Amino acid sequence: MAKIIVVTSGKGGVGKTTTSAAIGTGLALSGFKTVVIDFDVGLRNLDLIMGCERRVVYDFVNVIKQEATLNQALIKDKRTDNLFILPASQTRDKDALTQEGVGIVLDELAETFDYIICDSPAGIEKGAQMALYFADVAIVTTNPEVSSVRDSDRILGILQSKSRRAEKADEPVQEHLLLTRYNPARVDAGEMLSVSDVEDILAIPLLGVIPESEAVLKASNSGTPVILDNASDAGQAYDDAVQRLLGKELEHRFLHAPKKGFFQRFLGGK
Amino acid sequence: MSFFDYFRSKAQPTSAELAKERLQIIVAHERGARANPDYLPQMQQEIIAVIKKYIAIDQDQVSVQLDSNDDCSVLEVNVTLPD
Ligand SMILES: Nc1ncnc2c1ncn2[C@@H]1O[C@H](COP(=O)(O)OP(=O)(O)OP(=O)(O)O)[C@@H](O)[C@H]1O
Ligand SMILES: [Mg+2]
Repeated sequence: MAKIIVVTSGKGGVGKTTTSAAIGTGLALSGFKTVVIDFDVGLRNLDLIMGCERRVVYDFVNVIKQEATLNQALIKDKRTDNLFILPASQTRDKDALTQEGVGIVLDELAETFDYIICDSPAGIEKGAQMALYFADVAIVTTNPEVSSVRDSDRILGILQSKSRRAEKADEPVQEHLLLTRYNPARVDAGEMLSVSDVEDILAIPLLGVIPESEAVLKASNSGTPVILDNASDAGQAYDDAVQRLLGKELEHRFLHAPKKGFFQRFLGGK
Repeated sequence: MSFFDYFRSKAQPTSAELAKERLQIIVAHERGARANPDYLPQMQQEIIAVIKKYIAIDQDQVSVQLDSNDDCSVLEVNVTLPD
């Protein structure tokens, strides 16, 4: 049975697409046949982050409107086996997605895939609701910042009332907190909400903490999901998150600022 | 945190503490509102309009709240009457 995972947040720009690309790649690397779907109709970006922007021919909306088959629209990743991308349409708007149409496409994907990752657009309106409606699992991507935490709580409310599982009174959507762009030095200085602050407020299980990292921009520059940069802190943190998603218990890393050496402190280096 | 910040933090919360406190309040408030029936905002407005018809008061001198617990719901209307 395929598992449908939505990467959602309410607030924009918190790292949903970065996370969808990383976690999709991580699941594929672990041997699961995985597809990542860009639900951000009109603002396609997953293709760039995953480095397949020049190979887009047909998109999600074409498939829904039966202008193309799924096989024509799916892009097979060149680096990672078992990994596919279904790009968003760049020319339509979010009304092009219908619940019925999305449901049919997801059903067809579920026949052959183990994991279906839905990269949600920002907001709490139709586009975001469409991305989360069919989800079994939600990765609530949150930055340690007031507006992001508040919006995440609103998205949790929507998952609990407007998802298919909520409407059918099935077992609720499994919620996970992914705290991204975490800056331990600022947390230590009392300038940023800590992991436990955000956990206290949102009260959902923690999947992972992704540090604010230079590796993310570098990865997006080259169109390589950051999880493939396994020397980087963010890459390793995403890798841990994937393993936890698969049921492994791992201690959280990168929660503390690296201790400055004597000379660094002496010279005032960062 | 510098040496002096340590003493200051006794009196003043850090900015992260302030953020957490504000979030806890607003999130609790919004979660409460989520559980309310859809007609509540409209009904609140109409109740306030009726009171205003008879008494000169400001909007913020009236509060209409629905509190629910396991076996009953209480609709509470609080009006601060002018002197
Ligand atoms: N851990 C991180 N460290 C540093 N930069 C990051 C991190 N995560 C994301 N970013 C940066 O934040 C920006 C937004 O990321 P991303 O596009 O993944 O967010 P999004 O939630 O998908 O945005 P939108 O709501 O517009 O779809 C990008 O510039 C990305 O490089
Ligand atoms: Mg995005």
